[in-house]
Amino acid sequence: MNKAIIFSLFLLFTIGVKAQDARSIPEVEIKDLYGNVFNTANLSNDGKPMVISFWATWCSPCKRELNNIAEEYIDWQDETGVKIVAVSIDDARNMQKVKPYVDGQAWEYEVLLDPNGDFKRLMNVNNVPHTFLVDGNGQIVWQHNSYSEGDEYELYELVQKLAAGESIEH
Amino acid sequence: MKSLKFLLAAVFCSQFFFLKAQEEQKSVGEIHGNFDMTTQFYSIDTVIGAPIVPEKLLMNGFLNLIYTKDRFTAGLRYEAYHNVLQGFDPGYAGTGIPFRYASYRGDRMEITAGNFYEQFGSGLIFRSYEERGLGVDNAMEGIRVKGKIGNGLYVKGVIGRQRIFFAQSPGIVRGADAELNINETFPSLSESKTKLILGTSFVSKYQQDDNVTYILPENVAAGGGRLNLIRGNFSIFSEYVYKANDPSADNGFIYKPGQAIFLSTSYSTKGFGLNLSAKHIDNMSFRSDRNENINNLLITYLPALTKQHTYNLAATLYPYATQPNGEVGFQADMTFRLKRGTWYGGKYGTSVLVNFAAANGLDSTKINDDFTDRQGYKTNLFSAGEEVYFRDFNVEVTRKINKSLKLKASYFNFVFNNDVMKLAGSPGTFFVDIAVLDVLYKFNRTNSLRTEVQGLWTQQDQGNWATFLMEYTLAPHWFFSFMDQYNYGNPINSRRLHYPIFSTGYNSGGNRISVSYGRQRAGIFCVGGVCRTVPASNGVTLSITSSF
Repeated sequence: MNKAIIFSLFLLFTIGVKAQDARSIPEVEIKDLYGNVFNTANLSNDGKPMVISFWATWCSPCKRELNNIAEEYIDWQDETGVKIVAVSIDDARNMQKVKPYVDGQAWEYEVLLDPNGDFKRLMNVNNVPHTFLVDGNGQIVWQHNSYSEGDEYELYELVQKLAAGESIEH
Repeated sequence: MKSLKFLLAAVFCSQFFFLKAQEEQKSVGEIHGNFDMTTQFYSIDTVIGAPIVPEKLLMNGFLNLIYTKDRFTAGLRYEAYHNVLQGFDPGYAGTGIPFRYASYRGDRMEITAGNFYEQFGSGLIFRSYEERGLGVDNAMEGIRVKGKIGNGLYVKGVIGRQRIFFAQSPGIVRGADAELNINETFPSLSESKTKLILGTSFVSKYQQDDNVTYILPENVAAGGGRLNLIRGNFSIFSEYVYKANDPSADNGFIYKPGQAIFLSTSYSTKGFGLNLSAKHIDNMSFRSDRNENINNLLITYLPALTKQHTYNLAATLYPYATQPNGEVGFQADMTFRLKRGTWYGGKYGTSVLVNFAAANGLDSTKINDDFTDRQGYKTNLFSAGEEVYFRDFNVEVTRKINKSLKLKASYFNFVFNNDVMKLAGSPGTFFVDIAVLDVLYKFNRTNSLRTEVQGLWTQQDQGNWATFLMEYTLAPHWFFSFMDQYNYGNPINSRRLHYPIFSTGYNSGGNRISVSYGRQRAGIFCVGGVCRTVPASNGVTLSITSSF
């Protein structure tokens, strides 16, 4: 009986909701590296493209991806004004090691902590690494799950397109 | 019949909303979700000790849907286990919608009704969370209210029962948490170099006394406080929790109160990071059912204070798991970069990670009061006993040689007390050395080959192991890999086996599909403080994940 209600409710939503191309960033409170509450609705990059990358200190491909991008990040920023937000899903086991790791690797990213996966869940992330590309209007226009060496070139091509005001084909 | 009426009503309503939306030409909200499915076909392979699976094919799957419209959010998760994969608790049987909720965000308050995940502080006193890959899900079902009072004071309150498979805990969990950000509260401190955040929590559980032998407390309370202090490059995090007497199956129904303390301090600058942490756990098993065990219905989250390893020989044979009845642990973790352009740093610089972790039992004195007070034992804060539970020393060095070649070398040394951990097959304490060489070669921008050679050496348990892995990736869509694990040093000749496995996968956007075929070694898979023992298997596995 319960299930019938829920299914009906969702049918309502699914039929009612128009098909959409873009998607906005969901709103939830997580933390920044200094323990301050951070509302994800405040994620923005002044009309320029933004990358949101979910990672963890125990995830090798995540660290490979962010370390590879770190080598190019200055050029990326100069050319497109892109900002990278690295959201760590490390829980209490490793959370205190995030800042030392980020500083140790000399990352220039904006780093956020999502220790109970609240933002991860709202963004429908199954596994890390998972990378989202956000356009200047704060709409998520592209995403990629997992990381293979060289994936960052595809990401950067899309960032360049956005920075040039072009739209991204799905 | 009733469901049909609902369905019709829903269709009617949705059409109404649809028309209305078209009229107003404005969004009626967004709906997004994610999907995950793993299916394994099990072949018979008695040599590796793979259990015989009568169904031959098993499947775990789920679908999450989340609807948002301005300040309103609603979501649900459908889960299906036909039947549940080997290594997961068979409590996951059949299908259902064990997770559904609706929430509304006001300017200063947020209300959630239904299921939710939440943690107070670092989770030492309360953590409701999911780790789908391990089959861990202790979601709350009830009500949560979060609010912000004035500037810098954040409060939360929860009440509900925790999820256990497709049912709920017999106990009710009630809790409240307050966090005060001093720098936000006092505007004069907003630019201060010193940042201070204080927090306090209270959690209580109610469970009927169901025991015929003892008179048990039906309400068990726990309280705690935490502090996060940052000054420049230094930071300190500390949390303390005290739990009233809570006789349970875990502690042998003793009436001793429990306590836990976690201390962590860090120093970091560009190119250097150091973290030192310590913890003391004493009689801290805290569940919403005192008779439960393993990972079920935990209220507290007590992660291992050790590094979470990723190479398969280091990660899945001898991982440490927290001993909630009592342990003292310490960890040091250091990361730094050797300067580029020097003889020791190489052309591109070199990254070094060093980690050491130790855990011992408590130094405790047994009290013979089984028939009187039942306090069980006496101990002092941070007094480590003689018994070594775990030691882990490890180093990882990463260096880029040139544009196409990157090397990573790692060394691990473990001391693993299996009499306490009881995770591996044989008794005793194991002394283990592991070395890994990881070579990445990039042919061009999109083609690369990664090779891992791993060796594990020990005189105990299953003896020596070697792993060889080759992973070819064709960015941004394809990967192909082959791995063989070889237990060449097993003391029993007939168990010197190979475990070869092929995998391939395709990624596009938020979708990923992968197939693997071969043998999988029995292993212990851990995320955070939780571990899952997975038996050996042979067969074909198909995984599909999607996010939309």
